[in-house]
Amino acid sequence: MSDRPIDNEQYPAADPRTAILSPPPNHSPIVRSILQHPTMWIGAVLLLLVALVAVFAPLIATTDPAALDPGMRVKAPSADALFGTDMLGRDIFSRCVYGARVSPIVGIGVALCSSLVGLAIGLIAGFIRWVDNIIMRIMDGMMSIPAILLAIALMTLMRGGSIFNVVFAITIAEIPRVARLTRSAVLTVRELDYVEAGVACGTSKAGIIWRHIMPNTLAPITVQATYICASAMITEAILSFIGAGLPTSVPSWGNIMAEGRALWQVKPNIVFFPALFLSITVLAVNLVGDGLRDAIDPRLSKGV
Amino acid sequence: MGYYILRRILATIPVVVFVMVFIFSLLYITPGDPAAILAGDQATQEEINFIRNELGLDRSFPVRFVEWSSGILQGDFGTSIFTRLPVAQMILQRVEPTVSLMVVVLIMAISVAVPLGVLAAWKHGSLLDRGIMLFAVLGFSVPVFVIGYVLAWFMGLQLGWLPVQGYVPLSKGFWLWLRMLLLPAATLATFYVAIIARITRAAMLEILLQDYIRTARAKGLSEWAVLFIHGLRNASVPIITVIGIGIAVMISGAVVIESVFALPGLGRLTVDSILRRDYPVIQAVILIFSFVYVLINLLIDLSYTLIDPRIRY
Repeated sequence: MSDRPIDNEQYPAADPRTAILSPPPNHSPIVRSILQHPTMWIGAVLLLLVALVAVFAPLIATTDPAALDPGMRVKAPSADALFGTDMLGRDIFSRCVYGARVSPIVGIGVALCSSLVGLAIGLIAGFIRWVDNIIMRIMDGMMSIPAILLAIALMTLMRGGSIFNVVFAITIAEIPRVARLTRSAVLTVRELDYVEAGVACGTSKAGIIWRHIMPNTLAPITVQATYICASAMITEAILSFIGAGLPTSVPSWGNIMAEGRALWQVKPNIVFFPALFLSITVLAVNLVGDGLRDAIDPRLSKGV
Repeated sequence: MGYYILRRILATIPVVVFVMVFIFSLLYITPGDPAAILAGDQATQEEINFIRNELGLDRSFPVRFVEWSSGILQGDFGTSIFTRLPVAQMILQRVEPTVSLMVVVLIMAISVAVPLGVLAAWKHGSLLDRGIMLFAVLGFSVPVFVIGYVLAWFMGLQLGWLPVQGYVPLSKGFWLWLRMLLLPAATLATFYVAIIARITRAAMLEILLQDYIRTARAKGLSEWAVLFIHGLRNASVPIITVIGIGIAVMISGAVVIESVFALPGLGRLTVDSILRRDYPVIQAVILIFSFVYVLINLLIDLSYTLIDPRIRY
């Protein structure tokens, strides 16, 4: 592993010839970071744009996203309605803009909740040996239930599709992944000398978990959280799309697409525009996640 | 070896039991009265009572669980709240399109993704590699039904090459059957190709640095033999593992994509059941898909010993 040629490319100055011929350019840290991880910065800029759209939605949107206009039903994109209108005459552009408030909230909510719960479960499983086997078999079981189906079942059993319910349903399905990751991180850290030193000093079990082990699991979990955020946004869209998600009055991207489902052959714009918003946002989150992963573990780097 | 296989098969039993307990207890852990929620807002007391009785909510948890699970072991998945038909019968009618779809997706995805991943690793760092990996990230980021709509709109409606809606049973002829499945399968395969190609590339990168690859090249083997015989075989364990994990993603994708392409399969049944709040059907579909997932991953685990004789356990 250590003699991979990829590693050498990371440190060009290590080769004495290049070091003499071309000294490393003296860029500021930010410029250097942009040059090293261009895709991550593209992702970050896109995310910033989405955040701005979400914050300034009332200013950007041309009409009220819930306003019905029976005279303007299923219109093609035009100067009046940039992306056209849906079956109830609502302006798709405005609904897409307001959708930037819904999907990221679901994504971030799921990422936070599942990371916290998964972290706790993984720490316990990794450090307290006798519960490890039980917890991991339970996680194996949960992971064998396809996430979307589990979320569908939970949504069917809960009254009304509030954002809270959607976040809850997707979180349950995502917890096992975080728990497994945390556990595997704990298992490697647990054997390190400084943990042993902590034990020798008489630090309590809780103290060792909290102060010595948990901080070392945070890096991989942060990376995982960005991926969970991305996949939760897709899951939310799918749930709304098949009618198991947020109430149709909420302008989430999945809901807008659901309304275009029956008409997509003649009016592809109803599905296309929200899909574009969603895909760009998810792509941005994934790019940032890849960048974070490379920063934390340069060995995996050199992908896109 | 025989002992290992037996132990591995026995180890899936607790997982299967847990899945059954977990799915069963969803009815009890969600807030509110499930019978009233499933019946909907306009339901009469009589309908609520029917559902409560049907789901066994009027009996205690352990009694009901034993009844329910022994029913499932005998192939009885209960009765649909909506159609009042046996759930097992409704499911059997819908199995063929879904299984057909998955088989076509698997064949398509593996035969595209593995060569792409090998190619990306071989030309590591090149434009081709970057292009393949960019495609992989895009494959993760675009929701499956969006890919479905774009493909259907372009290949089906604009070019008119392939039908975009419906299903023809295999008994009506292989080509007719395959033609209907090509677009939905290509859609589902996109994501699958993305994850398999990524793992193949990573595994091959590691393998291509090994001494025996250098030896293989040194003794004058063709590059093709080096990559696909010496390289790929040694990289195959992680690749097969990710194929197994991807089954779950494919199942989730099938639920959605069957609605887009009007395939009358299990996914379509699930989506229809959501709108009817037909929980027994949803429950049965989840169970069946989970069992399929566990079974496939069991087979994959067992296949390791065949692929790599060093894995003996």
